[in-house]
Amino acid sequence: MYRFVLRRLFSGVLLLFVITTVAYLLLYAGGGDIARRIVGPTASDAQVALKASQLGLDRPLLVQYWDWLTSALTGDLGRSWFNGQLVSASVSSRVSVTISLVLGATIIAAVVSIVVAVWAAVRRGWVDRVVQFVGVLGFAIPGFLIALGLVSLFALNLKWFKATGYVPITTSFGGWAATVTLPIIALSIGCIAAVVQQVRGSLIDALRQDYVRTLRARGLSFNRVVYKHVLRNAGGPALAVLAVQFIGLLGGAVIVEQIFALPGLGQITVTATGQADIPVVMGVVVATAAIVVTVNLIIDLAQGWLNPKVRLS
Amino acid sequence: MIETPLALPTTAAKVSLFRRLLTHPTGAASLLLLVLVALASVLAPLLATHDPGTASLQDVLAKAGSQHLLGADSAGRDVFSRLLFAGQFSLAGALLALAVAMVLGVTAGLIAGYYGGWFDSVSSWVTGLMMALPGMVVLLAARAVVGPSMWLSMMIFGVLLSPAFFRLVYASVTAVRNELYVDAARVSGLSDFRIIGRHILTVVRAPVIIQSAMVLGIAIAIQAGLEFLGLGDLNIPTWGSMLNDGFINIFKSPTLVLWPSLMIGLVCIALTLLANAMRDELERSRGPVKKSRKAAAAAAAADAEGAAEKRGAAAVVHADEPNENAGELLLEVTDLGVGYDQPDGSTTHVVNHVGLTVRRGEVHGLVGESGSGKTQTAFSILRLLPQGGRITGGSIFFEGKDLAHLSEKEMTKVRGKRIAYIPQEPMSNLDGAFTIGSQLTEPMRVCLGISKADARRRALALLAKVGIPNPERTFNAYPHQISGGMAQRVLIAGAVSCEPDLLIADEPTTALDVTVQAEVLNLLRELQDELNMGVILVTHNFGVVADLCDRVSVMQTGRVVETGPVRAIFNDARHPYTRQLLDAILEDTAPRGKYTAGKATAAPADGQSAGPMELKGVTS
Repeated sequence: MYRFVLRRLFSGVLLLFVITTVAYLLLYAGGGDIARRIVGPTASDAQVALKASQLGLDRPLLVQYWDWLTSALTGDLGRSWFNGQLVSASVSSRVSVTISLVLGATIIAAVVSIVVAVWAAVRRGWVDRVVQFVGVLGFAIPGFLIALGLVSLFALNLKWFKATGYVPITTSFGGWAATVTLPIIALSIGCIAAVVQQVRGSLIDALRQDYVRTLRARGLSFNRVVYKHVLRNAGGPALAVLAVQFIGLLGGAVIVEQIFALPGLGQITVTATGQADIPVVMGVVVATAAIVVTVNLIIDLAQGWLNPKVRLS
Repeated sequence: MIETPLALPTTAAKVSLFRRLLTHPTGAASLLLLVLVALASVLAPLLATHDPGTASLQDVLAKAGSQHLLGADSAGRDVFSRLLFAGQFSLAGALLALAVAMVLGVTAGLIAGYYGGWFDSVSSWVTGLMMALPGMVVLLAARAVVGPSMWLSMMIFGVLLSPAFFRLVYASVTAVRNELYVDAARVSGLSDFRIIGRHILTVVRAPVIIQSAMVLGIAIAIQAGLEFLGLGDLNIPTWGSMLNDGFINIFKSPTLVLWPSLMIGLVCIALTLLANAMRDELERSRGPVKKSRKAAAAAAAADAEGAAEKRGAAAVVHADEPNENAGELLLEVTDLGVGYDQPDGSTTHVVNHVGLTVRRGEVHGLVGESGSGKTQTAFSILRLLPQGGRITGGSIFFEGKDLAHLSEKEMTKVRGKRIAYIPQEPMSNLDGAFTIGSQLTEPMRVCLGISKADARRRALALLAKVGIPNPERTFNAYPHQISGGMAQRVLIAGAVSCEPDLLIADEPTTALDVTVQAEVLNLLRELQDELNMGVILVTHNFGVVADLCDRVSVMQTGRVVETGPVRAIFNDARHPYTRQLLDAILEDTAPRGKYTAGKATAAPADGQSAGPMELKGVTS
């Protein structure tokens, strides 16, 4: 078990390293062009060169990277080119907003998907057909359209929720819940649609397995077999699709944060992108990659728990 | 953002997919909508009432009316005209992303799948890497460097989407690479290029088309998202930038956001529904070929059943021998019918008018070829028929209760405790996610209401009793860590763990090694003696029947054709089918008079398993 965890941990760290390296090289490869974009098209070549040397962009790319990497390992991701704030500070102050959105959506999606998928897989017939059709719709409609719909319906017309703004969970749980409910619903719908399809499929497969009949023949009730044995066996593929969906949610959160004016990672990404504030963009990439790697690690460990073959091989 | 496609059918569509789509309701409707949107975009210069870029101060946020069909936006530009022209750019951008993704993904997939080697591992690794970050974040980062060009963004997104095609093509190619017809083409000297072109591209064509519809939808959505964030090129109209303008002015002019939303939403839904419709049609075209073995067998049985009915065959019944030790009557099945509901509303009958009895301490063999209905009969006694199957008539009396009409809740109390079951295939009948121990103790705790510690003690004793050398270790093991013979012993231990009155064993030795078969049969006999159970032994092997059974029913095409004490069946088989079965094993060596067919050379009825060694193992 220890070796399994260590191996996963190692490959996670490796992935984080590779992603950030590739991202850094691609982002900074444009050296002089970046300086040009910052000072504007009317600036003279001398001004561009001055800006480039101020920002350290005139050094060899690998030297820049080495500098960045060594300070990143100590937690220093540099400063924003525009407001001079520490990247690590501005990223970490916003990461909690994004994580609470994405995690909330993942948990809701997991719970709702399991309930709906079990319902569809066990009942079959018209229940199954309705679930599948709604699933296709939920999957097809882009999440930000759903978010826009929710805003106009519940915030602008019915006025049940505030359309914009964010209250930290540490200030008031009620306030936090009121500001994140709509965004989380908007994010989770597409995720639910995708996960339900997967879980339904693997449940139907698992229900056909011989051991289901045998366990029932031993006197266990159908529900007990479904919720204890079938669900656990269908859990592996479900977790795998949830991991993919989680990555998608991080992307969806960028737009949803913009719609609901939530001060998350998405918001600084959009600002920094517009300004070509590369250190901040790089900081966001590091944070996102770290979140993805952590979640993948957790899901791998859960897979190991679900499936002894993974853990023991 | 990028969805990995589920495994798609690898066979190419025989009939034109397009023609079949036209008959599929949602498929045809989606196609129609997409064609309309595409036409409207292409013909935008003819259809538009205004120039899409011309701003007009007095028309800012104008209401819909004769001047502006759908109103005007925050710069006074005509919404209807912009919607049409935006279609050009939005669709073209999505098509660009699709083209890049398809060219990259399909090429890399073909090479990696066909040649394998280092390219295979590198591209799989790169694919994993590309899917590790959300597409939106990568696009935003790229936008920071390359600027607001929509075309560049969509090309980059195309690269990010290429794994969707790569994985699909890779899976299909590796599946067919070693098919015989590809080998044959290689041997006959066709170049790799031609093999890929002729044999492999045809296989991946249909799934790639389906995937394209999905990818196009994703590309339209992400492009709109990017523009919606205000990071797009402000000089060209797109649905996303219209969405952005509408959202900014949502308080002043709520309908502005509606039109682009509608376009994006409808196009995305239509693309997804189209993909699903194509998949449906493809699967339907494979349908008849991939008919499951069971369904085919059931259908065959049903056909044969009609013939049997015409013959008006009644079962041959041999009289019981007088026996003072006969136990009380345990199970009495009368006139049992089992049927499967078909999609068209009819019912296929697989068991008809079956009757059989089991006394305490008696082993009743149920013999017949595959598809004769013996397993279906066994499952209906347990009330555990596969999905779609149900008891269509008759009664199953067990200790005064008709199991055919018991509620599921009451039936749960009967199973395990009163009637137990031993399956055919040991490995697939253990849940791989739980230890042997937990699978043994869980039902015991439920059925007998004993504590965890008691259940554990009992389980260890049972494991020892069924001849498992190290019960403690097996108890803690997972199913994949033990052998098939061990697994069958575990299942037998589980079946007898609650001391049932009736045991249903469905070909309990068929899946086992020859040497293990004899041991398992011995074990069954010992346990049956000790617990004085009634047993229904489903088998196609007369050697097993001779060894264990007191009474035999021979089944053919869902009916019992002959039944009686085992001695009578072996000595005096009257039904031609029974004789046929007996002839098949007894050949010319063993005299008919002896039912212990010692040196018989066996050729089991359905030719499924069991060589001559099996009989030797059983009877020696």
